Amino acid sequence: MRFIFKTKYSQDINIAKHNGDRFWYSLLILIMVVLPLVLDDFYLGEISYICILSIAGIGLMILSGYTGLASLGHAAFLGVGAYTHAFLLTNGIPFYASIPVVIIVSFLVGAAIGIPILRLTGMYLAIATLALGFIAEHVFIKWEHFTGGNRGLPVPQPEFLGMSFYDSVFFYYVCLVFLIAAMFAAINILRSPTGRAFVAIRDSEIAAQSLGVNLGLYKALSFAISGAFTGLAGALLAHYIGYLAPDIFNIFLSLTLLLLIVVGGMGSLHGTVFGAIFVGFLPQLIAICRDYLPSSIGSQPGLEPMLFGLILVFFILYEPLGIYGRWMKIKLFFELFPTYKRQTFKKQKVFTKSDRV
Amino acid sequence: MSLFEVKNITVAFGGVKALNDVSFGIDKGEIFTIIGPNGAGKSTLFNVISRIYEPSKGEIYFENQNISKTKPHNISKLGIARTFQNLELFENATVLQNLLLGRHIYKKTNILSEVFFTPSARKQEHEYRLKVEEVIDFLDLQHYRDTLINGLPYGVRKNVELARALCTDPKLLLLDEPSSGLTNEETIDLGFWIKDIQSLLGITIIMIEHDMSFVNKVSDRILALNYGKILASGLPEEIKNNEDVKQAYMGE
Repeated sequence: MRFIFKTKYSQDINIAKHNGDRFWYSLLILIMVVLPLVLDDFYLGEISYICILSIAGIGLMILSGYTGLASLGHAAFLGVGAYTHAFLLTNGIPFYASIPVVIIVSFLVGAAIGIPILRLTGMYLAIATLALGFIAEHVFIKWEHFTGGNRGLPVPQPEFLGMSFYDSVFFYYVCLVFLIAAMFAAINILRSPTGRAFVAIRDSEIAAQSLGVNLGLYKALSFAISGAFTGLAGALLAHYIGYLAPDIFNIFLSLTLLLLIVVGGMGSLHGTVFGAIFVGFLPQLIAICRDYLPSSIGSQPGLEPMLFGLILVFFILYEPLGIYGRWMKIKLFFELFPTYKRQTFKKQKVFTKSDRV
Repeated sequence: MSLFEVKNITVAFGGVKALNDVSFGIDKGEIFTIIGPNGAGKSTLFNVISRIYEPSKGEIYFENQNISKTKPHNISKLGIARTFQNLELFENATVLQNLLLGRHIYKKTNILSEVFFTPSARKQEHEYRLKVEEVIDFLDLQHYRDTLINGLPYGVRKNVELARALCTDPKLLLLDEPSSGLTNEETIDLGFWIKDIQSLLGITIIMIEHDMSFVNKVSDRILALNYGKILASGLPEEIKNNEDVKQAYMGE
């Protein structure tokens, strides 16, 4: 078992807690960098898509996993990001200028939606965000000048740094760099006062308020930050898809994002990547499995949503901490071997908390 | 002039008057205890002071400033901190994170400097931590810094909540039943700490408490409430021998 001897406060503030962290994460980045040498275009495309999903997942994780606010309409922010990016590129704005604008626009849209919607809590908030998703989809259909309506909007693939987005290796690197940057940004937010305030709101609004956290402001801020991350993912998604149509940003995409964070593990940034890998490869896995199933089952049209739902239920029932939680348990098992107890992770019943203030 | 004053506070929930025309004042450096049977309106009074409930009538003054219209999240900025009767800790965070949240009102960074974690953000974390460590030393929480609240025994949780309130550097501390659920030893320790908070840190304390031996030991003055009305107020000795208080508690 590793014992970290702390002599400086910086050790608690730094992202890498010890040399082991530094080694493994550097190795991971190195592997990701040399990956195009080994993999072909198809798998690079898939991994790029997973990176995009991860960025969107970070956005939803900050809102749902850390601030404790549900959102069933997050595809709306992917749409806002994608359409804004495509619109700007069509009008000749270069890539490097378009991305910051996309982030700012999604941030503002998030704030504008967040301020009124966040007076609601729990179930009502979930319903309101669900409605938000539908409204956004209709806006994308009707606002033809901006989105091209049902005809769709081709996404220009401009040159960036002398490379083309059609080059899957280049696009893979772009996605990877944005994922790493987004990860650092999210970690930084979460280790500063703002991130702690989010967690405070999630665990006890009343205590947060009595410690000086402005609930309305921080909930709106969480929505806005979440929107900004998801909008960025939307911009990259626009390049990945190549042709935007309103029905891409439907309820199913929102639910996929929700599945991503639940399966990955609520309240952990690792979970977003685990969840994205799971959600990204699942359709491929299902497609492969279809071939081996009897055709009466294998060719059923609704197989994918059904499996998604089944997996969501399975995780909520049997592994609420998600893949990341399972990983923590396995890690602890080996750290404590042979004294690991299953009870360690069992949530103890809390009798001390009541609805009273 | 008193540090803190409540003037004619009335709180009505429909027809029920939880507090009825309650007025009192507290001097700087006092330990002021509020006692009363269940449903007397003690916690309601705290929730009015921390602006969670809106009083139907009356005003509250802190350092000669009317705070009856202050936003709830600005109360702690004025220097009023509180604990809760049924712990309100951030359960899925470590003790350290809970205490650091106590420094939230001193936040100077904005979201941009936090996203890039600029040197000023790092410096601020260090400053927060210095104060938090002072409180950790004061309340003997050294063992628990990195423990999740979920995994802590009840007595320590109570202690962490007190520590979190102290981290805000308050002038006035509201303690809602600080000794409930504690063992005898823990209650004795708490008595010493409360005395130390008064004498070493110079913080004025308002406390709701049921344990009368504990109350008599630490309080400078006591206020007895029943059915939202003031029964009596005065020195511990006077309250102990007050006929109305005896009546309310014993039903003689």
